[in-house]
Amino acid sequence: MTNAVEIENLVVEFTGGSRPVRALDGISLSLKQGEVLALLGESGSGKSVTLRSLLRLHNPKRSRTSGKVTVSGRDVNALDADALADLRGGVVSMVFQEPMLALDPVYTVGEQIAEAVVRHEGVSKAEARARALALFERVRIPSPERRLDAYPHEMSGGMRQRAMIALALACKPSVLLADEPTTALDATVQIQILLLLRELQREFGLSIIFVTHDIGVAVEIADRVAVMYAGRIVETGPVAALLHDARHPYTRGLLASRVERVARGERLETIPGSPPDLAALPPGCAFGPRCSRATSACQTTPPELMVDGQGRAVACFNAMTPAE
Amino acid sequence: MSAFPATEDRGGPAQPLLTVRDLVKHFPVRGKGWLGKRAVVRAVDGVSFDILKGETLGIVGESGCGKSTTARLLMHLIGPDSGEMVFDGESVGDTLALSAYRRQVQMVFQDSYASLNPRLTIEDSIAFAPKVHGVPAATARARAHDLLHRVGLEPGRFAGRYPHELSGGQRQRVNIARALALEPRLVILDEAVSALDKSVEAQVLNLLQDLKRDFGLTYVFISHDLNVVRYMVDRVMVMYLGKVAEIGEGEAVFSAPAHPYTSALLASMPTMDPTRRIGEAPLSGDPPNPIDPPPGCRFHTRCRFAEAVCSTVDPALAVAGAEHRAACLMLAPGSGHGRAPAAELAA
Amino acid sequence: MSAVASAGTSLAAPVARSPGYWSGVLRRLSRDKVAMVALVIILAIVLMAIFAPYLAPADPAKGSMLRRLRPIGTPNYPLGADELGRDMLSRLIYGARLSLIMGVTPVPIAFVIGGALGIIAGFAGGVVNTLIMRTIDVFYAFPSVLLAVALSGALGAGLGNALVSLTLVFIPPIARVAESVTTQVRGLDYIDAARASGAGALTIIRVHVLGNVLGPIFVYATSLVSVSMILASGLSFLGLGVRPPEPEWGLMLNTLRTAIYTQPLVAALPGLMIFITSVSFNMLSDGLRTAMEVK
Repeated sequence: MTNAVEIENLVVEFTGGSRPVRALDGISLSLKQGEVLALLGESGSGKSVTLRSLLRLHNPKRSRTSGKVTVSGRDVNALDADALADLRGGVVSMVFQEPMLALDPVYTVGEQIAEAVVRHEGVSKAEARARALALFERVRIPSPERRLDAYPHEMSGGMRQRAMIALALACKPSVLLADEPTTALDATVQIQILLLLRELQREFGLSIIFVTHDIGVAVEIADRVAVMYAGRIVETGPVAALLHDARHPYTRGLLASRVERVARGERLETIPGSPPDLAALPPGCAFGPRCSRATSACQTTPPELMVDGQGRAVACFNAMTPAE
Repeated sequence: MSAFPATEDRGGPAQPLLTVRDLVKHFPVRGKGWLGKRAVVRAVDGVSFDILKGETLGIVGESGCGKSTTARLLMHLIGPDSGEMVFDGESVGDTLALSAYRRQVQMVFQDSYASLNPRLTIEDSIAFAPKVHGVPAATARARAHDLLHRVGLEPGRFAGRYPHELSGGQRQRVNIARALALEPRLVILDEAVSALDKSVEAQVLNLLQDLKRDFGLTYVFISHDLNVVRYMVDRVMVMYLGKVAEIGEGEAVFSAPAHPYTSALLASMPTMDPTRRIGEAPLSGDPPNPIDPPPGCRFHTRCRFAEAVCSTVDPALAVAGAEHRAACLMLAPGSGHGRAPAAELAA
Repeated sequence: MSAVASAGTSLAAPVARSPGYWSGVLRRLSRDKVAMVALVIILAIVLMAIFAPYLAPADPAKGSMLRRLRPIGTPNYPLGADELGRDMLSRLIYGARLSLIMGVTPVPIAFVIGGALGIIAGFAGGVVNTLIMRTIDVFYAFPSVLLAVALSGALGAGLGNALVSLTLVFIPPIARVAESVTTQVRGLDYIDAARASGAGALTIIRVHVLGNVLGPIFVYATSLVSVSMILASGLSFLGLGVRPPEPEWGLMLNTLRTAIYTQPLVAALPGLMIFITSVSFNMLSDGLRTAMEVK
């Protein structure tokens, strides 16, 4: 079976500003059918840019893209406008952090879902509405009949995110991209949405890429995690393996600095410094200036992502061993 | 030689630094339709608590629970509809003038960018408050440099810069320095680390603890991140729809929550263990709208222990342990709830 | 607090200063070719107005009934002669004086008054806001041309009255912009932080509000200069501004309108000057907007 998503050496540079910003610096990634992958990283690490590249959402006038992106066997960067429109929503769809901005405020949520169904499948309006209703029931929106006629601003945050998920699933995509869909939600609502996504994933056999900055959320939802830093993937592996035996100093640092690990009032372990400026990246490893294990090699060439055969990969010249 | 008249301790360590009594703040909003009748958001609806000297009091809760409004009320950025605040024995706005109170209470906001004037250099931002209070410009500038040093930013490199040239973590350090410029006794940290990247958050948390020790500060630490709160605070207050649901020693509340809402909140936290993921959501639905809070116990619409009595009786804070109180009828003797202790036992 | 207090003497450390906002604005503006061309044209017109007596080849008031309406290129009349036989070139050069005064002055005056009203309304909010803004809305309800004509008509013709009416026309829109940007800035956390530090309203406005709102208000005001130029010319054209025989482009356009069929090119010259000046102001304003990063 082919992979749901295949990314090879993807580079995205934004050229709109005064200096070009290299948001993605050659990432390669694959997502198996039915797999849930979490892209974990801080602001500016390139996780959302990766997601948007899968739908070719970057403005070609303000960005330069190279590398190959394949989704369900289609070369995304080679599609014409019609094929791209079919891809968006029909094969791949996206759930955003702020559904209020992603949903159209002047149409009811039901109209928006029905419209998407009609456009992609050419069915009748009544049929499309019936599908929307079924989806609302599926994402467990209470009194779905009434909520179909609600405008986005009339719904609560959690409800809007459910509606957004219903819209994303309206045309039966095989790949779902989720861009921090629970970050703006309260803790008690976040877990509901995560559980819903897990359930829908199993039921429809969805392949999901879930972008988050929260390790905890990644652990709740993902099979595999890819850790990003300054436009590169620095480490990937199954969730459990990554938690217990992180190989990259950055991943290790992130895990070590978690407040849950120490007693109240004890000093936290920290990663010194702050994330780099993407418009002025160092020539070597972007994490080098913050890394306690950096050697002279780290200052000249960025390390490649080395696969170890057990589903793990790490991009570091001085990767850590399980014993450390 | 402090630049200000001393803000010495008055009532001794046993007297709370700030006592808040029955604080109420409602905001009018327009109801549905363009001639709709006026509705009110009951943002803070009768909240009482103490902030003890030298402690870190955490305030947690979901959106609409009133934690940010409480912070603004504590800062007196908005005036309460009713209620009283007593700062170290003196009634705020009565025996203690508002200006004198403000000097002793400062705040760090969540959005590090919006809380710095983009047209002022870092040192001017920090030196602003001392200058307002009559400190000569050169002294205020020297103090700004010293504070920058204290928050881990080299003055020579950062004092002359503008906010947009700094990273989020650096800006938040500046905001902390700015809050300390008036030598306050109480610092309110309103989601102060929430917007920071995780690798930077730990640095700032360490810094906050160092500063607290070095300057003898008292913190109110407001956050939606229970893990961070558990790590930072001595005592914690859980809010739900404008009311206090539970308050007590941090460890007591986190290890043995007495209010069903607190339990649900804790059970909603990610497990960090892929083999023991959460299987069922502890609560369903969103927090209700504070415009029209449910009658009785405000949590009863989402509570799995709710009984008929919960929708009519508004529970007061009841004893759940030493220094540990929760507003739940299950704790109030003779409340009529099936799980409540019998009345005579309490007597 | 000892560490803080004892730092009073440790001022020696040199501080790396970032270039301020305004130097950045200047740098960006100087790289904007269109804005620079517009600026050069405006400067040239201003210099022309200042040094009119030295530049003008003839007396702008001295006419000759024998040489009425000469075409462009007539010897001694490089740009022709008007309906009273006066040298067009000289009149255009002198005309820049009154046209600039009438066109430009109302805007800075309106900027000060409207800006102050708007900032006060925006910062105070509540009743004060309602009072100021609703009053301004009354003026805003009329189209600016109509308002200018009506005010000028009511006050009577003349340079001074034209200036007053144009200023009154520009106060409401500037006040509106000032109010909206001030309201926006007032809601930001740094204003709350300043309030929490115990600063009074005037100090907060001076230190934290002005620096952040004057830029956008200024940019908006500069965009009004071109409108003002045209309105001013319009008032003169209608006989509500400067009176003949003073050279003023709008007035010249009026007096030459009878010649539109006999010497169309000459009759169009004052209009061309108004157009060039007004477009240049507009381009410069656009450049400023970009350079000042005003949205």
